[in-house]
Amino acid sequence: MHLPIDPSLIERSRLLAERIARPVLSQIKLQSTVSIERAVLRLLGVDGVDRDGIPWPNRVVDYLLENGMLERGAAYWLGQVVLDQNCSAQLAASEIVRGSLSRIKEKPLAEIREWGDVRAAERLSFLRQNREKRSEKRETLGLGQKPWKYLIVATGNIYEDIPQAVAAARQGADIIAVIRTTGQSLLDYVPYGPTTEGMGGTYATGENFHLMRQALDEVGAELGRYIRLVNYASGLCMPEITVLAAQNGLDMLLNDALYGILFRDINIRRTLTDQHFSRLLCASFGITINTGEDNYLTTADAVEEGHTVLASQFINERFALEAGMKPELMGLGHAFEIDPNREDGLLDEIAMAQLVRQVFPDAPLKYMPPTKHINGNVFRAYAQNTLFNLVSAMTHQDIHLLGMLTEAIHTPFLSDRYLGLLNADYLFKTARHLGEELEVKEGGRIALRAEEVLSAATSMLEEVEQAGLFEAIAAGRFAAICRKSDEGKGKDGVFLKSENYFNPFSDQLEGREKVINQATFAAKK
Amino acid sequence: MNNIDLTKVRPYGDTLDDGMMQFSFTLPVPCGPQAMEAAKVLLLGQGFENPAVTAMEDMKGTTYFVAYARCPKAVNFSEIYVPTVDFPVFEMEEVNELIAKELGRKVTVIGGCTGSDAHTVGIDAIMNMKGFHGHYGLERYSGIRAINLGAQVPNETMVARAIQEGADAILVSQVVTQKNAHVNNLTNLIEILEAEGLRQKVIAVIGGPRISHEFATELGFDAGFGPHSYAEDVASFVVQELIRRKKN
Repeated sequence: MHLPIDPSLIERSRLLAERIARPVLSQIKLQSTVSIERAVLRLLGVDGVDRDGIPWPNRVVDYLLENGMLERGAAYWLGQVVLDQNCSAQLAASEIVRGSLSRIKEKPLAEIREWGDVRAAERLSFLRQNREKRSEKRETLGLGQKPWKYLIVATGNIYEDIPQAVAAARQGADIIAVIRTTGQSLLDYVPYGPTTEGMGGTYATGENFHLMRQALDEVGAELGRYIRLVNYASGLCMPEITVLAAQNGLDMLLNDALYGILFRDINIRRTLTDQHFSRLLCASFGITINTGEDNYLTTADAVEEGHTVLASQFINERFALEAGMKPELMGLGHAFEIDPNREDGLLDEIAMAQLVRQVFPDAPLKYMPPTKHINGNVFRAYAQNTLFNLVSAMTHQDIHLLGMLTEAIHTPFLSDRYLGLLNADYLFKTARHLGEELEVKEGGRIALRAEEVLSAATSMLEEVEQAGLFEAIAAGRFAAICRKSDEGKGKDGVFLKSENYFNPFSDQLEGREKVINQATFAAKK
Repeated sequence: MNNIDLTKVRPYGDTLDDGMMQFSFTLPVPCGPQAMEAAKVLLLGQGFENPAVTAMEDMKGTTYFVAYARCPKAVNFSEIYVPTVDFPVFEMEEVNELIAKELGRKVTVIGGCTGSDAHTVGIDAIMNMKGFHGHYGLERYSGIRAINLGAQVPNETMVARAIQEGADAILVSQVVTQKNAHVNNLTNLIEILEAEGLRQKVIAVIGGPRISHEFATELGFDAGFGPHSYAEDVASFVVQELIRRKKN
């Protein structure tokens, strides 16, 4: 199937997205955040919690912030103590909190830089080796056929999540996502250790990641199929969660600043700065990001606002490219959310799904099932999910979230997942090559709808470029939600870097060759 | 329907009074004849008759069933009483006129998902300009100033904004109802309103897919709106309640 779309509009949209991102990025590069600094400390080896359960990275960053020292970067101060006392990073962290910095003779930046650069290179190379090992595992075990079936677990208790995730893998899931507990995205720290008490999801912690990874590796080996693990790096701790994900072998992360701004009221400057650092890490460690454009259609109308999804994908793509990510790691999100009462709504869904497929040919697209117009009638929901599965198969989507017939009722029952898999397996098999057999009628409903969405997205990007991204968001251009750039959660955690700021990780990661190759964008004919 | 004894109503499959019901459930046992029998015994134990398991699926360690059985019991429909918010519902224009005529000023309504709840679908459907299913939201009402605070609004923030904006009514949406998180959260909001001396001044309303009017009033709210409620239901209630309070 191929849509007759105008390539010059795609090109124009990409150019506009680049112009939209540029002024934002130049601002981002002047600043850092408390969560980036905590991520740096974690990368350097600071972990664990104090007697009151407060993570050591938070203790150190809070201390530096209170004493007006943070703008030089946490790595700078940690390096001072490590070199002075010849101790581990972990010990240095507790020394800083105890006030040791005031007692030591400050070494010149060059010396700290030398220490930090070597240490960062070691840590990055260690994590990249982990990534290589994981890639090998993926290759030897093999992956399921696309679309990859993505299932969620959300019991709140990691020890209950594990058997459910293992059961889902045995039933055919390719990707397991552990939903986070409600509200974690707004915590300005990452909880520690295995956890058993979440609400509507399980805390994202390093240990929970580790336990789930281990269980999925075991069941993957048994099944002869690699099972991917996903968690959430949206929210206030985006960079830290990314570090924990890399350390514990996660394959994918939900990672989208725009989502946090709109749906969690997180401060724009904070989360875009966090996202950039987080994506530098994802690019380096081969973590696929999932973006959250699908959510726009849960508040705004999927027909009227379909173009905002595409416009936002262009922007997200640009921010990802600027962090050195290849298109192969960009799980751009979209969704099947058109009102089932709309005549020819299925045609509109096909147009949108195929349009996104053609505009981003190399991106592992994340396709989300209907949620907004699911009304508690599980039988109707099952029918909606069947059409969703059909469109996904026809248009070759990659990361396919399974629709749950009990959406909006409760967290999925074991049987809901089973029935979801049954439905997807059926459609993916029975309609496997349908897309290749069909041609889109020129000037027909599907072609016209695709054209309409693309040209509306381009016009929207023109407007956003004129106004500036922050102003466009303040004016409610995305998801019909208004957010001002000087408001929102976590805004106090952003600071301007001093001239002598030191962060050996961003230094090394920013230096990497950026994969900005226009050739990879040419829409596949 | 005619000829129905409303004191003895039974489920209706394909013949009136046949009592046929449909079940689907999972048992944590391996799939097999023993599991099939267990499913039937379970239904019999609940008082259902003639259970038939029509599908038994192996979920690798657990077993999923689809079953049918006859319910011998009946319900006395004529005795069923459901408390609802009892008031006439007006169209948007009628609400606007009523506000202009009876109150002579704009009504301020503040809304949001409070506590840890991040699901704004409900509050958006009621408040956003566009509304839902062709029912315009409160933002479209010329007589109403609608302020939507969105997701995860702390109760303290909600009340502080209500004071600041001089709100006539607070609309709270609660979608997440797992482990009764919403009960504590809603009770807490009422406590804060009382502590601030606002409980009598401000109309407090909750809405959500598992909210009923009865539940709302038990928690100390003025009204509760469940599924199939639209902006005009909420607006009609709020405005009439304001008029009633003004007259008292």
